[in-house]
Amino acid sequence: MRHLLSAGDLSRDEATLVLDTAKELAQVGDRSVKKLPTLRGRTVVNLFYEDSTRTRISFEAAAKRMSADVINFSAKGSSVSKGESLKDTALTLQAMGADGVVIRHSSSGAAKRLSTWVDGAVLNAGDGTHEHPTQALLDAFTMRERMGRVEGLRVAIVGDILHSRVARSNVLLLATLGAEVTLVAPPTLLPVSVRSWPCSVSYTLDEVLPKSDVVMMLRVQAERMKDAFFPTAREYTRRYGLDDDRFAKLHDDAIVMHPGPMIRGMEISAAVADSPRSTIVEQVANGVSVRMAVLYLLLGGSESAIGN
Amino acid sequence: MTDTNTYLIRGARVLGGEETDLLLRGGRIAEIGPGLDGGGAATVDARGAVALPGLVDLHTHLREPGREDAETVYSGTRAAAMGGFTAVHAMANTFPVADTAGVVEQVWRLGRDSGYCDVQPVGAVTHGLGGTTLAELGAMAESIAAVRVFSDDGHCVSDALLMRRALEYVKAFGGVVAQHAQEPRLTENAQMNEGVVSDRLGLAGWPAVAEEAIIARDCLLAEHVGSRLHICHVSTKGSVQIIREAKRRGCDVTAEVTPHHLVLTDDLAESYDPIFKVNPPLRTADDVEALRAGLADGTIDIVATDHAPHPIEAKETEWSNAAMGMTGLETALSVVQSAMVETGLLDWAQVAERMSAAPARIGRLSGHGRPLAVGEPANVVLFDPSVSREVDPAAMASKSANSPFRGRTLPGRVAATFLRGTPTVLDGKVQ
Repeated sequence: MRHLLSAGDLSRDEATLVLDTAKELAQVGDRSVKKLPTLRGRTVVNLFYEDSTRTRISFEAAAKRMSADVINFSAKGSSVSKGESLKDTALTLQAMGADGVVIRHSSSGAAKRLSTWVDGAVLNAGDGTHEHPTQALLDAFTMRERMGRVEGLRVAIVGDILHSRVARSNVLLLATLGAEVTLVAPPTLLPVSVRSWPCSVSYTLDEVLPKSDVVMMLRVQAERMKDAFFPTAREYTRRYGLDDDRFAKLHDDAIVMHPGPMIRGMEISAAVADSPRSTIVEQVANGVSVRMAVLYLLLGGSESAIGN
Repeated sequence: MTDTNTYLIRGARVLGGEETDLLLRGGRIAEIGPGLDGGGAATVDARGAVALPGLVDLHTHLREPGREDAETVYSGTRAAAMGGFTAVHAMANTFPVADTAGVVEQVWRLGRDSGYCDVQPVGAVTHGLGGTTLAELGAMAESIAAVRVFSDDGHCVSDALLMRRALEYVKAFGGVVAQHAQEPRLTENAQMNEGVVSDRLGLAGWPAVAEEAIIARDCLLAEHVGSRLHICHVSTKGSVQIIREAKRRGCDVTAEVTPHHLVLTDDLAESYDPIFKVNPPLRTADDVEALRAGLADGTIDIVATDHAPHPIEAKETEWSNAAMGMTGLETALSVVQSAMVETGLLDWAQVAERMSAAPARIGRLSGHGRPLAVGEPANVVLFDPSVSREVDPAAMASKSANSPFRGRTLPGRVAATFLRGTPTVLDGKVQ
C-alpha cells in the first residue's frame, strides 16, 4: 500500500477514507493560518512532464498546507529537455530523498513505470490517456458535498471518453462507490470495448440529461476534428454541447461539473458554466483538500493507509 | 586420434523416432543407423535428444549495418546457432537499408565470415522502405547474395498498386514479397492490440482489422497476377481464417507465426513493461488458440522468430517511447515445444517441416531444410526436450536482452548444432 496509480486500486473503504479525511482537512482551508505540521520534514516532488498549472499548484498547495517540503520539477528547461530518461530522472529524485513523487506525464503507464524505479510513494497526477485518480476523488468529494451521497447518484460523463484519463478514473471510482454512470459521446470518441466497462453508454445527450443527477462535461479538443473523430466543432456542440436549452432539461437539483480547463461555447455554454449549479470552482478548492488527504494517507504515517 | 572433420552422433532420435546413430563426414551425412562404427570420429552422446534438420529462420533482424549496439551479424548468428538455426534471413531494415546489391552483398559476406550460420539477406521492396518507389529488386536477385525474399518489414507496402507491381516483378527471378501487413492509417501511433486491455490502459489500439484488411487485399492481388505471396508474423484469428480461405481457393500464399504470438497475450501490457511491446502486438487468448490451430493444420506454413534485438535503454522507458520487438532466436524451439508439441498439436517431424523444410522452400534456399538422410548436407540440431531451464537473457549469445520470456521456465535445450558437419554449438555452448 504505497502508491496511488489507478482509481481502480482503491477499495470502497479506502476511497471513503480519503473522502472523509479530505472533509476534515478542508477545514484547514477556512482557518486564517492554513497550515498543519503533519508532513513536516517530508519531501514531495512535483514531476510534471506536461504543462498543467492547475493540477501542479493544487498538489503544491496541498503539500505546503501539510508542511511538506515541495520541489517542483518541470520538464521544460530541465535535464529532461536535454534527453534524460524517466528512469534517470527517477534515480536522481531517489538520491535526493524524495518521500513522494507526484507525476504528470503524457505517456500512459508512466506513473506505474516510475513506481518500479523509486522507493518513495508515487502519486499519479495524470498519465497519458490512462488515469487521473485524484481528479476522480475530488469529483466524488464534490458530489458528496453537493448531493449528500455518491451511492445511487446517476452520473452522466459527456465528451471525449476515448482520450480521457478523467473519464477512466471516474468510471472506476464511481462504480466502486455505487454510482450509476452513463457515458455520452459520439461512437468515435468511445473505446471499442466500452461495453465491458462498469457503466452504461449512450450516443444521445438529450435522452440522458433528464435522468441525470450529475452531468460531468469533459473538454473536447478541437484538433480531434483533424483525425475525423467528428466533422466540425459546430456539429459537436449541436449534438453534445451543454447549452442553455439542454441545461433547462435537467431536474432542479442536478449539478454540472467540469474538470477544466473548459472551452466555453464548445462543450459548455458560458451561462451554464457560471450558474450556481455549476461546481467548477468548488472542484478546484476540493482538489486541494483531496490531495492533502491522499498525501497524508500515503506519507503521513509509518505505514500508508491507502493505495497499493 | 580424433578426426575433427567427422562426428559420430550416438543415440539421437531422428525426428523424434527411435534412437539411432548418425555419422557426419565431409560436410554431409555419411551414414545413419544403429551401432555405427565411427572410427576415429569425435563422438557426441545424444541419447534422448531429438535430431532435427538445421532450423531456418525466414525473419531475423541482425541490425548490422547501422545498429551494432543492438546486434551484429556475428552476435546474431551465434544466437541463431544457440537456437538450433543453420540459416537465417536477415531483414532489410538496417542503416543503410538493404535496398541495393551493395548492402545485401555486405550482409551476405558478414554472414559468411561469421561461420556460425548462413545469412541470407532479405532485400527491401521499396527504396529506403519508403513505400513509394521499387528498389532495384533484380540487381539484388542477381547479386552474389542471390536475394529471393523481398520485404519492407517494419513497414507495410500499403500502396496497392506498388504491391501489385512488386508481386508481379519478382516472378522474373522466383522471388517472393513478404508482407508486413499493417494498414498504416488504422494504426497511427498504435501501441498495443486494440481491445479490452488497451481501452483500460489508455494505450492507443492496433486493431486486428488493420492486419486482416491488408492480408485479404494482398491475397486477392496475388491471385489476380498469379504471384506467390508470403505473410509475415500473422497475429490474429481473422488473419488465419482469411489465409485458410485463400489457400482453399488456390492462392499461392504462405504465412508465418512467431513463437511469442503462440504463447503470449496482450494482458501482459498491464505491467506497462515495454519488454512486451512488439509489432504486430500481442493479441488475445482467442487469437493464440487460432494461431496454434492454423500452424497445426498447415494454414500457417512456418514459425519465424522476428528476432528483434534492442538495447536496454530502448526498453527501460515509458511504454509509448519504447522500441517494438523481442529477441527470439534462442527460445524459439523451446516455445514451440511448449506451445505445439507438449499440447499434441505437432510432432517433431512436423516441427522440422515448419521450422526447417518449409522456410527453406519459401526462401528458395538450397542446402538447407533437407531431410536427415544419407548424402544430405550435415545441417543438424540435437535438441533435448526432457530438460527445462529458466530463461536468462544475460546468459544469451545475442547482444540484446529483450526477451519476453525472461524469468520463465521453458522446456528443452539445444545441445548441439552442426552447420555442414561443423559444430557451431556443442554441449549447449557456442563453439
